[in-house]
Amino acid sequence: MNWTDFDTWIVVVGILTAVACALPGCFLVLRKMSMMGDAISHAVLPGIAIGFLLTHSRASVPMFVGAALTGILTTLFTQWVSRFGRVDRGAAMGIVFTTLFAIGLILIVQAADHVHLDPGCVLYGAMELAPLDTVALLGTDVPRAALSIGAVLLANLAIIVALFKEFRISSFDPSLSDTLGFSSNFLHYLLMTMVAVTTVAAFEAVGSIIVIAMLIVPPATALLLTRRLVPMLVIASAVGVLSAFLGHLLAITVPTWLGFDSTSTSGTMAATTGFLFLLAWLLSPGQGLVIQRLRSSPVTDETVAHRQGGND
Amino acid sequence: MGGQRRRWSWRFGRNAPPLLLAMLPVLLLSACADGAGASPSRTTRSWPASHDVVDVLLLKNYNTRLVVLSTAALGIAAGLVGAFLLLRKRSLMGDALAHSTLPGIAIAFVVMVSLGGDGKSLPGLVAGAAVAGVLGTLVMLAIRNTTLLRDDVAMGFVLSVFFGLGVALLGMIQAMPQASAAGLESFIYGKAASMVRQDFYLIAGVALCAALAAILLFKEFTLLCFDESFASTEGWPVLALDILLLGLVTAVTVIGLQSVGLILIIAFLITPPAAARFWTDRLSVMTALAAAFGAISGWFGASVSALFPRLPAGAIIVAVTSAIFLASMVFAPNRGILARHLRQRSLKLKVDRQHLLRAAFELLEAKSADSRQVANLPFSQAELLAKRTWTPPQLDRILRKETANGHLGRTGSGDLRLTEAGFGEAARITRNHRLWEIYLVTHADIAPSHVDRDADMIEHVLEAELVRQLETHLQDHSGWIPSPHRIPPSPESGSSPT
Repeated sequence: MNWTDFDTWIVVVGILTAVACALPGCFLVLRKMSMMGDAISHAVLPGIAIGFLLTHSRASVPMFVGAALTGILTTLFTQWVSRFGRVDRGAAMGIVFTTLFAIGLILIVQAADHVHLDPGCVLYGAMELAPLDTVALLGTDVPRAALSIGAVLLANLAIIVALFKEFRISSFDPSLSDTLGFSSNFLHYLLMTMVAVTTVAAFEAVGSIIVIAMLIVPPATALLLTRRLVPMLVIASAVGVLSAFLGHLLAITVPTWLGFDSTSTSGTMAATTGFLFLLAWLLSPGQGLVIQRLRSSPVTDETVAHRQGGND
Repeated sequence: MGGQRRRWSWRFGRNAPPLLLAMLPVLLLSACADGAGASPSRTTRSWPASHDVVDVLLLKNYNTRLVVLSTAALGIAAGLVGAFLLLRKRSLMGDALAHSTLPGIAIAFVVMVSLGGDGKSLPGLVAGAAVAGVLGTLVMLAIRNTTLLRDDVAMGFVLSVFFGLGVALLGMIQAMPQASAAGLESFIYGKAASMVRQDFYLIAGVALCAALAAILLFKEFTLLCFDESFASTEGWPVLALDILLLGLVTAVTVIGLQSVGLILIIAFLITPPAAARFWTDRLSVMTALAAAFGAISGWFGASVSALFPRLPAGAIIVAVTSAIFLASMVFAPNRGILARHLRQRSLKLKVDRQHLLRAAFELLEAKSADSRQVANLPFSQAELLAKRTWTPPQLDRILRKETANGHLGRTGSGDLRLTEAGFGEAARITRNHRLWEIYLVTHADIAPSHVDRDADMIEHVLEAELVRQLETHLQDHSGWIPSPHRIPPSPESGSSPT
């Protein structure tokens, strides 16, 4: 195994992505809207296509703006369909994102005359290629992806720190938040905008599968380990960091054991965070399967003796 | 002012979203038109001749017939099982399942290649996808049943982690020297236009199984959807039924994936049932409607795509289901947005009208020397305005409506005066209001000082039958009824309250 600067940058980009996603992800999971990241990452296709058709260039700024706007529209449409049509929110999400994706696909097929816009590329991303596209900063070459995702991470962190109390109240008790004067609707749309921008920024740089995984799985893992919000945010970020590092390590080591080159870091990162979730599911001190089994095991003479001994 | 602002948002804020939603199909149509007619230099973009349209819609061409029948059959199957998923609030299950099949496909490929076979043999890949899908379902159920995490997290977990695993596996086997794995991931993006007879039999078989299961187990699935805990106390095998239902979803998803693609199968499972829900409150009707909507969109979408080769079949079918959904959401009787809006509007009009007449009557009561002999005197608009918290424009609008109804007229000096019919109606409405107030005071222990607002919540829907019952219940009050509470005087009239 050869660890190079290249690998370091991939891990750095991975860590930035993971934390940038895990922070708003915690609130998504608490609000029972985990699938929003998935919906947004599919639904931005028309935004990308329109951004491209309007400017006829593959410059990322118009596409980014188009995608971010469509992401926000997705959350808006979902909210409207579920509120005005009284449709279950999951179903509303599914209807909106499949419709937008279909529109995007039709638009892209029209655009494909001029250039090859690969929907597969939008969905998979190319994390391994991220360090190749660099920008000179303070004398070193920094990957553009690291800069854009770093900026998103800082913005997310700033918003969550600044409005922490408001987010906490509106996540657990929207009506209390409204009574206290923080519009839960405004906070909802702020969170959704954060998710949309994060999703778009991250999948432009590293692929959407990581975004979906990092929005949901680290917060879910954290929720298995704690029932408090601040520890949840910290643990979720830590799980994200760990899976970025371990994920890349796996991507370059495991395939060589089996005689292959290496594989997609996006995929292994998602799989690693899944593995960490599995560990927490089994071994969580409060809610783990093992502790549940131990608690429900029949009381024998031995355990009684042990407990009495402990009480003396 | 506050009232006016609220009213503005009521008029525009609540209508804007449906209006914007209604613009979606326009956008869609313009996209299609762009594809169909924008550049006349291309022969593929010209409009098809009318006999082509008829041929395709009537399934005369063998290839088209295959594709159209397959997608329609898939639409039926997905609509049937999707209806139950929707009611269990698990619509996105199809999404999660469809993504979770990827590692199964990769592993099936590796296994088939290492056994010396063709890595891309369809039955093998379908089997791999099905195994991974079932595994994903079981993990979802396990997370839901053994942790405090909810369905959405379980679905998101399976979706992202399984798909990630699949991406990682595919990344490895791309480099396999034995066989080219290129295009393997396109398995889950479908190939609707290039279906063969085998695909049709597979889809038709699954659709038949889904239909049979939905009919035979209709009662059990209904019970599962509406009252899971009751089902388990009655001794039904809830977990087994749940697994069976999800098994059907897995079958439909896996079959649909390789034939029509990921996004379409997700839309097929969610959108037709959600559209059907608007038209009925009966599950049997809803399931049948969902199947019909699925079949129609499959037939119509595949036909359009056959006529315009540049329009991808999957996307067009999704667009058709969405259009059906949108039309249902807006126009369905009873549950549709338009019907609900009209209902609310007419109720609001009625309430406004009754408020006006009661305010006028109470004004006249205060003006009359003997409150038992209310005279139909003229009164000014300013006096009326002071009776309730309405804004001048609001009052103007209601006054215009009531004048048009023949309940109100103007005297020569510009004052308002109730007509004969309006006076009778006002007396009746005031009487109903007070009857209900007295009922609440005597039988529901509501303090006389609070009863006005409580009565306001129901009096507008009191029916004649109910009023008669109230009268017999409160026998003392058969004639004129005084208000049980103090009516605040209008500042302009200056007379003493009743």
